Amino acid sequence: MAKTRDEIMEQITEVLEDALGVDEDEVTPQATLMGDLGAESIDFLDIVFRLEKAFDIKIGREELFPAESLLSDGSLVSDNKLTDKGLAMLKEKMPHTDLSEFEKDPDVNKLGDLFTVDSVVNFIEQRVN
Amino acid sequence: MRWIWIDKFIDFKSGRSASAVKNVSLAEEHLHDHFPGFPVMPEALMIEGMAQTAGILVGEAYQFQEKVVLAKVKKAVFFDFVRPGDSLHLDAQIESITPEAASTSGKIQRQDQLIAEIDLMFSHIDQNLAGIDFPEDNFVFDDNTFKSLLRDFLTQTESTPEGEPRA
Repeated sequence: MAKTRDEIMEQITEVLEDALGVDEDEVTPQATLMGDLGAESIDFLDIVFRLEKAFDIKIGREELFPAESLLSDGSLVSDNKLTDKGLAMLKEKMPHTDLSEFEKDPDVNKLGDLFTVDSVVNFIEQRVN
Repeated sequence: MRWIWIDKFIDFKSGRSASAVKNVSLAEEHLHDHFPGFPVMPEALMIEGMAQTAGILVGEAYQFQEKVVLAKVKKAVFFDFVRPGDSLHLDAQIESITPEAASTSGKIQRQDQLIAEIDLMFSHIDQNLAGIDFPEDNFVFDDNTFKSLLRDFLTQTESTPEGEPRA
């Protein structure tokens, strides 16, 4: 049975409360996982494992949070910014994320800001429905 | 010397679950300071014991080829003091495991009484996404101490020709 976006948000809020030790009211759609909710690298794996259980799905390596493999490829990054090729690859890998703001200044230091609660909801919504 | 906080495994199901025993003794020096006249096993050492139980379970799942390190204590809740003379059972099970990490859940019990619930995450650090290199030697599983903990199980899993003594 298809889940509504609200139902998905509710389950994701619970996952993030448990994984990151944050309060329910901190988990807003715009909140960034790293900046606002304090997620570190191992937390991303924890979140992926919890989402797999909560929604009974399989999430591949770097499927939900694909940034790091981009950074290790020299042709995709130049001067701390994603190249056109890098940006194209990011778009392909993150259809669940709004990149319109990021595109204007694709500074790799801002990649972390792309991982918002909303992008997780989008990803799960596409996967479960 | 390794700081080992379990005495031996009493059950081991590869890739799934493991149980270990820890017998708490007043011969453990720290108990005299923690606390004078009221010795109790430090809770941090119970977490370490669970990390060893679950960590060896995770390590064995990849034939001890990965460097398994404790990456996150997801949950640690304690329900009672543990005193000298107590015999603890540490039960761990793998909730999720991938080439780069594993998540485990665990309970510590004294007879039928629940003492602690401890859920952990482990990282296979050579598989880190940042591409950082670590020394080639597996410094996690580099000595035989942990194998002695598995003594009752390695004999069942290692093949020995019939009638020949084990080396």
